[in-house]
Amino acid sequence: MTPELGYAATVVAFGLALYGSIASAVAGRTGRTALVQSSERAAVGVWILVTGCMLLLVYAFLTFDFSVRYVAINTNRGTPFYYRITALWGALEGSIILWTWMLALYTLIVVVQYRRRHPEFYPWVLSAMMGIAAFFLLVMTIPAPPFERLTPVPPDGRGLNPLLQDSGMITHPVALYLGFTGFTVPFAFAIAALATGRIGDEWITITRRWTVIAWYFLALGLLIGGWWSYHVLGWGGYWAWDPVENAAVLPWLTGTALLHSVMIQERRRMLKIWNLTLVILTFSLTIFGTFLTRSGIIGSVHAFSQGSIGAFFLGFLALVLLTSFSLLAWRMDRLKAQGELDSIFSRESVFLLNNVFLVAAAFTVFFGTIFPLLSEAVRGVKVSVGAPFFNLVNIPLFLGLLILMGVGPLIAWRRASADNLRRNFLMPTAVGVAAAVIARALGIANSLVLLCIAAVVFVTGTIVLDFLRAVRARRRSGDGWAAATLGLLRRQNRRYGGFVVHLGILVVALGVAGSNAWSLHTETTLGRGESVELGGYRVRFDGLRASEESNHFKVTGTFTVSNGVGSRDVLYPAKKYYAQEQNPIAYVDYRLGLIEDVYLVLGDFARDGSQATIKLQVNRMVSWLWLGGLVLTLGTGLAILPDRKKAA
Amino acid sequence: MSGSTRWGRWAIPLAAIPVIVLLAYGFRTDPRAIPTPLVGKPAAAFRLKTFDGPEISLEGLRGRVVVINFWASWCYPACYEEAPVLERGWRAYKDREVMLVGINIQDKEEPAKRFLAQFGHTFPNAPDPAGRVSVDYGVYGVPETFFIDRAGRIRAKHVGAVTDAIFSANVDRLLAERP
Repeated sequence: MTPELGYAATVVAFGLALYGSIASAVAGRTGRTALVQSSERAAVGVWILVTGCMLLLVYAFLTFDFSVRYVAINTNRGTPFYYRITALWGALEGSIILWTWMLALYTLIVVVQYRRRHPEFYPWVLSAMMGIAAFFLLVMTIPAPPFERLTPVPPDGRGLNPLLQDSGMITHPVALYLGFTGFTVPFAFAIAALATGRIGDEWITITRRWTVIAWYFLALGLLIGGWWSYHVLGWGGYWAWDPVENAAVLPWLTGTALLHSVMIQERRRMLKIWNLTLVILTFSLTIFGTFLTRSGIIGSVHAFSQGSIGAFFLGFLALVLLTSFSLLAWRMDRLKAQGELDSIFSRESVFLLNNVFLVAAAFTVFFGTIFPLLSEAVRGVKVSVGAPFFNLVNIPLFLGLLILMGVGPLIAWRRASADNLRRNFLMPTAVGVAAAVIARALGIANSLVLLCIAAVVFVTGTIVLDFLRAVRARRRSGDGWAAATLGLLRRQNRRYGGFVVHLGILVVALGVAGSNAWSLHTETTLGRGESVELGGYRVRFDGLRASEESNHFKVTGTFTVSNGVGSRDVLYPAKKYYAQEQNPIAYVDYRLGLIEDVYLVLGDFARDGSQATIKLQVNRMVSWLWLGGLVLTLGTGLAILPDRKKAA
Repeated sequence: MSGSTRWGRWAIPLAAIPVIVLLAYGFRTDPRAIPTPLVGKPAAAFRLKTFDGPEISLEGLRGRVVVINFWASWCYPACYEEAPVLERGWRAYKDREVMLVGINIQDKEEPAKRFLAQFGHTFPNAPDPAGRVSVDYGVYGVPETFFIDRAGRIRAKHVGAVTDAIFSANVDRLLAERP
């Protein structure tokens, strides 16, 4: 019954979404409110049906209902309880359900929040969002149905991909998809703005918080993905410029550009066309990302080629790009900027430069990712560009962005006076240069790291300086230190939330620079009792043992790790053999530290336990990435607090 | 407004078209065509005990065209899709100096036997309990099928479910060669 029930719900939901999209577009043109209400009910219906589909699939997973093909492929009787729930998004079909459900949820929130506000925009927003939902439901109906029946019903399933049996995989897709789908809302408002011709700042003001939230979840998803890659895949790194990673970072780059450039429009009535272009690009890139992951057109460690789904996504991508950019071209006359750049030394131009850098980075990543296709189409050979290309182009761009991060928030609008520049930047620049000089004296020779340190200290300096000045100003009006600080954070939450996010990025930047410059690694074969030394650690091989786990066979090594100061620890890296996998899965063991991680991977071994090959790494400052993520979370939380400035 | 700007604005949506065309071109390429260095090399020898009892070895099949199929009972759907294809191929070619051998890897005996019974396989199938044969052949995932010529050289490798067309095209090609 389950497959048929789920499939029926999907088809009905598709019909409702399609109807809602068309009805509210008609309402947008004719102003018939009855139609708007009707499509609102359709939106609620879609949400209920998709929620039902999801619960039904979860139920099928929990009860081992192998008559559902998706359940049979992604779970087996040995799969632990919580992974049977998260197996829901362990493969393509379920991920699409999760995506559709989030989209339906966002649509519901939009209905609840904006039903009585922005009556001109609202029908068009609803139409765009339900149109997009209809596309995803179509995918669930034809190329990737999660409720396909499997006959005969097998006694046991294949089992979830062991690499996905990890806490990182529980949260990473959820965060990433919240980010991807989150950009639908600003995009829908932009389309509404274009359709109605009300291309002022309204759509930007309404969607600012949505953009921040989507941006944050995307950043979080990327960081969790890095964490997963680092502690599960066992190659010792967190980012490899793999096409699928690139696909996720692309909308993040354009989304970051958008977050900044909308501020110029709010303040100076400039960059209207640009902002609309950015929001269209960002949304299109989220679709492009899914297309790239699922079409299998580019080889990747992640890619799973899946029949016709690629064609669906490509068709949708074409539809989105052509429709929205045609709307933009149609409205071009109304999009004249009212302000213009007065000086190079102004906040506008710094923000503009920030946008140029971010979009250049996005373009580079895009170009590098599709380069194999381009080269095959033009020259007939498949050539991939790897990390060296991406690093070469992106490192200077990101360093530039770091410096702009310090300049942008403090430089004056319109035209900065020499006095403004001196007042805000003399001290931080001096401190930044001094920090680099001190670091050099302490023996840090890597010029990239030195540049990074200088930039980070400079930016931190500007933030601290600005904050202290503001606190002092409030102190003059009679507040105590604590009251002044808290009051400032609360009243200017958007500004200081942004600063905290910047600090988070700085922490991540230091982590990236440090881990690339200073990490050590070695590979060696040890006999029992022998040890190897690396970075002040001594690792001794004590033996192997084998065990039968609930859904796999496991060989575990015991290694004693000691450092010079006499602390001792035992690490247990292992290899897991799953019936459904050809190759054993490495289970990394590690000790995380603020300064360095000890990271141990078990390679080949002698069956009698007398010898083992290990990969040992001392990874420096990788933890700063995860810390940066925490800071990012705090900053975002602060930035999206409800505005109190007007109320107070 | 001058004519050029009125039409120039349509450059933005038009710019999207080449990108889409390039992405569409990607469908023509086949990421599944994983090259194997083993093609053209002599196939590694093996000696395995079949599920039915008798031993089978590559050495004993010299002079015939040999098709080796690596499979597992948990390999759904590809192994299930190709199972009838293999049996059909076997029945069509078994009297023409062709041998088909199924090698069951990373599996348990019970479900593997059920799989064989379900599809009524009549060609020899053997488990590879130590995984040695699959390592020798560089098997990356199941199913994979190797086509070996009369001289014992690997001539083609197919990743994923074989179809009737793929099976007969490869076998016919190798049969046509005189030893």
